[in-house]
Amino acid sequence: VNFDLDADERALQGGIRDVCRGVFPMEKVRAMESGLDRAAWRALSEAGVFSLRVSEDQGGLGLGMTHAAIVFEELGRALVPGPLVGTHCARTLSIEEEIVTMCARGDAFVDHLGDADAVATVDADGVWLISKSEIESVPVPQPLDPLTPLNAVKALAQGKKIADEKTATAISLQAPVLISAFLVGIASAETDLAVAYAKDRQQFGRVIGSFQAIKHICADMLTRAEVARAAVYAAAVHLDGNGDGDTARAVNGATLLASDAAFLNGKACVQVHGGMGFTWEIDAHLYLKRATALSAFLGGADEHAEAMAAYL
Amino acid sequence: VDLRYSESDERFRAELRAWLSTAVPSLPPKPGPHDWDARRKYDTTWQKMLHEAGYAGINWPAEYGGRGASPTEHLIFLEECERAGAPYVGVNFVGLLHAGPTLIAEGTSEQKAAHLPKILSGDEVWCQGFSEPGAGSDLASLQTRAVRDGDHYVVNGQKIWTSFAHVADFGELLVRTDPEAPKHKGITWLILPMDAPGIEVRPLRTIAGSSEFSEVFFNDVRIPVENRVGEENDGWRVAMVTFSFERGTAFVGELLHSARLVENLAQIARKIPRGEGTVWDDAGVRRELGHIAADLDGLWHLTKRTITESERTGVPGIGGSIFKLYYSEVRHKLGDLAIRILGTAGLSHEDVAEMPAADHVRGWIHAMSISIAAGTSQIQRNILSERVLGMPKEPS
Repeated sequence: VNFDLDADERALQGGIRDVCRGVFPMEKVRAMESGLDRAAWRALSEAGVFSLRVSEDQGGLGLGMTHAAIVFEELGRALVPGPLVGTHCARTLSIEEEIVTMCARGDAFVDHLGDADAVATVDADGVWLISKSEIESVPVPQPLDPLTPLNAVKALAQGKKIADEKTATAISLQAPVLISAFLVGIASAETDLAVAYAKDRQQFGRVIGSFQAIKHICADMLTRAEVARAAVYAAAVHLDGNGDGDTARAVNGATLLASDAAFLNGKACVQVHGGMGFTWEIDAHLYLKRATALSAFLGGADEHAEAMAAYL
Repeated sequence: VDLRYSESDERFRAELRAWLSTAVPSLPPKPGPHDWDARRKYDTTWQKMLHEAGYAGINWPAEYGGRGASPTEHLIFLEECERAGAPYVGVNFVGLLHAGPTLIAEGTSEQKAAHLPKILSGDEVWCQGFSEPGAGSDLASLQTRAVRDGDHYVVNGQKIWTSFAHVADFGELLVRTDPEAPKHKGITWLILPMDAPGIEVRPLRTIAGSSEFSEVFFNDVRIPVENRVGEENDGWRVAMVTFSFERGTAFVGELLHSARLVENLAQIARKIPRGEGTVWDDAGVRRELGHIAADLDGLWHLTKRTITESERTGVPGIGGSIFKLYYSEVRHKLGDLAIRILGTAGLSHEDVAEMPAADHVRGWIHAMSISIAAGTSQIQRNILSERVLGMPKEPS
């Protein structure tokens, strides 16, 4: 049993963190409310975010889910916008379109359709590629997360089959773990943001971070993020075949803890910021809203809790 | 990251499982919770069996008579003991998990030779005399006084929350040796022989109805200077060594037991009628149970991360505080849910009408001690916010 990141894993983590800092500072992320920046997207592509699990002879990095989880945690920490998981899964299936958004057949909404070059759809029979012209949809006015534009789906064509049902099943376990890793990154970033503000903001002649009422909120944020991170990494390790238990259970538990951690930490982050936390200017709401959107895409905490109960 | 067990880990597991499969059924029936002499005998009998089989002091270094097992083997040991329904450390808790490791780290060779073999063989039971009525979370403000008189310390004062004091042979005792010094600088760590004249033990009845804890009164108790662990007035540092063991893996065995409680509670929910069906038909109840199961799974993964860290660095890291804080909350959730599910079946400390409720009722009460003992949840939050997040320190 070894839960340490090895030298390669740490190098990957540091590399992606640097790319995010350089290409996705918060003012650039905010600017993407009006649409994704293709140059920035290409920087992610060059860093291997999408081709990470493509075999080396196909031009990828030939890595597994554990590495992918490390990368998506960093993307979440930087709140990188866009259909990252969709494009990552599509590239893993040799789909070369630059921006691919993904939904399950029957989903009422699809995200980032305006920016996407194609849509991948997963159902019980396999994975399907659908061109944008084959989707009838209406843009959702004022999406909750300004960085997650949504379209309400009216009709979806059958599309072209690009992978079989076995792959569809695999994606239905991999995608939640990637989203959960992103959520863990958000949960940590929210903790850092709250702590930084609490160390700076003064009231009653002292920094508010010196009050236990604030310190204890922050300690709970840390605790939730750390337990969720352990669960998400464990789920990724299970998907790589290096686990010690039931894979579907590990994925389910990780999804639940990561959704909770990002959502609850987001609310706590707003609270620690006080009145400032209620302003558009402070980033806290952007983390919370992304966490809320991603948790909804995952099916919601209630569904995962119910799925966990099935193991009892 | 690789969560698989190695071949040698699996060999260790197989041998241990085989031994447990004959050892556990050979134990006498478990004594009642109030029969303390019988409880001591039961727990020390198990300790002797572990000792003879080479499993005593599983993670203690081999040079001090321990097994010298790796942290991974330690986890396997806890897993297999829980699976086999083996007794937990019981009255050997302080000796095996606190005092022994502290003596290994800080004791003289005479102290090690005198105590470590007997702790391992179940011949010596220890208790802890740290907290006082006026020194709980603020432990360093303790007032029990020790005055040097030749080659003895003369101790006067009072301790509280002393687990197993009435069946213990020795105790770990923190005393104030320099009342003039700043509070952390005037404390000394002593080995207390429980048969010394002037000690009075008064059992304390807890909300569990039992008397696990005692108050201990000291009236001119003479303790030889050679019983001092570490230097005079350096006892706070030695106590911190003790705490690092306390917060390390001390709760992991309980975690596995908690996972079993959740499964058991799900079975109970399927039996208790409600409306046309059972409590299990209530989606709210199922989700709460599912959530607790996910929390416990997460803590198991966190434990693996923590032991990997300690395998690398040699000391239990901050993961212990994260674990304890989160675990306390989960046990409260589990206990509260159990009480709601059981309803009137939960109104006794014993199983009533063929409903296996007793473990859950005791578990619910036990949860209230988990978030208080070994540093309250509030103290853990102070530790985490100050030491990990770098927030301003509380006044001390």
